[in-house]
Amino acid sequence: MNVTATPATEATLASTPLPAEWRDFFALTKPRVMSLVVFTGLCGLLAAPGAIHPVLGFTAILCIAMGAGGAAALNQWWEADIDAKMKRTAKRPLPSGRLRREDARDFGMLLSGASVFVMLVAIHWLAAIVLAFSIFYYAVIYTMWLKPRTPQNIVIGGGAGAFPPLIGWIAVTGEITAMPLLLFAIIFIWTPPHFWALALFVKTDYAEAGIPMMPVVAGEKSTRRQVLGYSVLLLATSLLPWIIGGTGLIYGIAALALSAVFVALSVPVGLRSSQPDDRMQPEKRLFAYSVIYLFALFTALVADRMVLA
Amino acid sequence: MTPEEEAEFKRRRKTRNNVIGLVLGAFVILFYLITIVRMGD
Repeated sequence: MNVTATPATEATLASTPLPAEWRDFFALTKPRVMSLVVFTGLCGLLAAPGAIHPVLGFTAILCIAMGAGGAAALNQWWEADIDAKMKRTAKRPLPSGRLRREDARDFGMLLSGASVFVMLVAIHWLAAIVLAFSIFYYAVIYTMWLKPRTPQNIVIGGGAGAFPPLIGWIAVTGEITAMPLLLFAIIFIWTPPHFWALALFVKTDYAEAGIPMMPVVAGEKSTRRQVLGYSVLLLATSLLPWIIGGTGLIYGIAALALSAVFVALSVPVGLRSSQPDDRMQPEKRLFAYSVIYLFALFTALVADRMVLA
Repeated sequence: MTPEEEAEFKRRRKTRNNVIGLVLGAFVILFYLITIVRMGD
């Protein structure tokens, strides 16, 4: 059917801004962060004792991804002004003006609500409750309340990223035990050295945006010491699943080797001071390795489970 | 609104509607599969 625009339609079009591309909505979900969320959630699901039907397993992971995407959209809705001030985030859909702020809010609410609803009706009530709390934790407790108020924001924010393996595990078992709590703890403790390594070489951005990031508030020296401290704590925590008998030797050896390298890369970061025009190579190296570390550690966890099974 | 802008407006709207349609279709299939699996429990 050939439809010719009437004068009324033309007037409506003229007064309406261009609709956002679907890619901009997709970008709101922070796809790169979501890939880590999906991966750790899947690992929690695969490492849990018991079995889940593949369709339900897929649904559980989809819900975790949708929940994370919804929380990320709400985070960007709330922080659009801050994102506009930082080079790293200025090209996101909201600060660049490609998307309306209220659309981002509605999209975030829709994704969040749908993820919890599907988890509730298709998987397990406890998994739905923990998923709902994780979204609330990231969007409200972290983004709206604590991030702009305390330099411990990254430590607190780490909790939000630590939920996926816990939810994946609960989707299979329907209960919270020591093992999924340890998986939670590993990501929780991994986050500060991961993010502070990044914050050390992009700290100017955070200072200009008024975010009390640790290097800005407590100073570089204190941040470096804390990166090293958390790395040592991560070494101990990553070994706990093996020590309590929740995993086998494959995971134990992998955790020991991977965490030892993490600590080794943290030592130069923790003990040095940056110079004028410093290229911050140790910090960039630690940041890059920290991403590989988490993927490798959780892969080892699943491999260990597959062999034991 | 110039003809080019109007064409771009319509292109974006159509693409977005197609994506929404695909997502809704995928959810219909997913809910069907979940129902079948749950009925077998």
